[in-house]
Amino acid sequence: MTLARNGKPLWWQRIRWQKVLGWVVLGLLVLITLFPFYWMLRISLSDNRALAANAGSMLPADFTLGAFERVLGLSSLDEARKQGGSGASIDFWRYLWNSVLTSAVITAGQVLFSAMAAYAFARLRWRGREAVFFVFLTALMIPPIFTALPNFVLMRDLNLLNTYAAIILPFFFMTPFAVFFMRQFMLGISREVEEAARIDGAGHPRIFFRIILPMSRAPLMTLTLLAYITAWNEYFWPLLVGQGENVRVLTVALGVFRSQTPQGSPDWAGLMAATLLAALPVIALFVAFGRRIVDSIQFSGIK
Amino acid sequence: MIARRGEGRVALLFLLPAGFGFVLFYAWPALQTFYLSFTDYSLLATPNWVGAQNYADAMSDRKFWNALLVTGEYVLINISVQTVVALLIAVLMHRLTKSSVVRGALLLPYLIANVVVALVWYTMLDAQLGIVNAMLTWVGIDPVAFFGETSTAIPTIALVNVWRHMGYTALLIFAGLQAIPTSVYEAAAIDGASEARVFRTITMPLLRPVLAMVLVLTVIGSFQIFDTVAVTTKGGPVDATRVIYFYIYEKAFQQFDFGYAAALCVVLFLILVGVALAQLKLLRAGSSDLD
Repeated sequence: MTLARNGKPLWWQRIRWQKVLGWVVLGLLVLITLFPFYWMLRISLSDNRALAANAGSMLPADFTLGAFERVLGLSSLDEARKQGGSGASIDFWRYLWNSVLTSAVITAGQVLFSAMAAYAFARLRWRGREAVFFVFLTALMIPPIFTALPNFVLMRDLNLLNTYAAIILPFFFMTPFAVFFMRQFMLGISREVEEAARIDGAGHPRIFFRIILPMSRAPLMTLTLLAYITAWNEYFWPLLVGQGENVRVLTVALGVFRSQTPQGSPDWAGLMAATLLAALPVIALFVAFGRRIVDSIQFSGIK
Repeated sequence: MIARRGEGRVALLFLLPAGFGFVLFYAWPALQTFYLSFTDYSLLATPNWVGAQNYADAMSDRKFWNALLVTGEYVLINISVQTVVALLIAVLMHRLTKSSVVRGALLLPYLIANVVVALVWYTMLDAQLGIVNAMLTWVGIDPVAFFGETSTAIPTIALVNVWRHMGYTALLIFAGLQAIPTSVYEAAAIDGASEARVFRTITMPLLRPVLAMVLVLTVIGSFQIFDTVAVTTKGGPVDATRVIYFYIYEKAFQQFDFGYAAALCVVLFLILVGVALAQLKLLRAGSSDLD
């Protein structure tokens, strides 16, 4: 080993301590970010009665899949009580289906209609275009609670409370963000492709569906992901119009489940199992499409 | 731009569904909220015009002022901590790594539902069983009932949401950092400037426009704290976490005082517009030292 004059090896001297310190801090922050996800898993694989004695242990206390069986309705109420469940029911499959269905319908409508609107704003020339687009954009400034009160009244008057339609409708036709996002991309498509199609006699619907949409595959995919995750995570609106057992979505169900647990002995393992299951689809999407989501968030934030 | 013949009609067709949604669920309800704020609407009977009565009531409503105060405390803690941590993360990433694994890991909490985030931290911060209190006990500090004390409830909720948002905010700042020309940094390196000096004299001034935009976005978002409160403390203990959004929710959907709730919505909206304008002015958002 080559030694430098002060007796320490060269590689030791070459380390930039600022960099090491930087990595240590960054590593710690990543650890803080990821640890709660592990903790969800750890609690959900534990036995409720064993948790108290092992509050600080890093491994599941008395490993069991009981909490998941409880949440998924695979164990009887008696069994659940024995494992320290509160007996509070969570009809997980029902709520899962409600979340899947409403999020899917919201996403399909929102992406298609927002793309159509973006086409009108980015590719068509008409009087008042900029003014109308500006009005669309102002909706980004309005806090959701501002429109929630009259929208609730509207749903009640239409007799739609506690239906899928009520949960879906306000997000189905557009969000200002979706229109904005697609317009940004469509502004960048070259005119030539379009002109060529026009000379061949293609009309606007044909140009939109056969040329512009296929060319926008990447941003459409991104928008679909973001729209689905947002719809999946929505809590406030379904809480207002979809409390009913038959249409209740997972986020609302988790809130109810948590309130049902009596103050004394909450079913921690069950709560964390349900929470983890509710987060799982988003985590799966993230594992599959993480890079795309990261890029799009940087794009949408700065543009 | 020259309008092209016939494209106006096509545009109308393409805008039809989105326009319908916009008018029905955004524009019209927004106007209605303004109107309802001047009525005594209760969901059960038809609204009567009461003039500015709701606004006058709000001025003398101690719970409303308390809600504003609590929201202010939340925003202050949430934004200050979040901005500093996010800036730290962004600068570290900028100087150390472009790894999309690191960026992805930091972004993950932002994609998870507020409700899920709230419940995980509710479990981790529990006075008896929570891992955080287990750690505190381990280093010799008495357990804290984070969500259960009036003094700690709001800071706790604020920090939980810092955890959810710090990666997202860091990504926005990071994107801004990448827009700074590397030549500026190379020049500084040749001059032998320290990291601290580079940060103070190059990074911060050039980052200001991005930082201004990020701050406006995060502050406005931060005022709208609801989900975390709704699944953890429900406004308690006492009124310690009854933030403005939650107060409006209670007024409207538990007491059915829709007219009053609408007035509070208008007040909240005016505050948000005011905050955004003030921030943009203070941070001179339009100008960058790069120009």
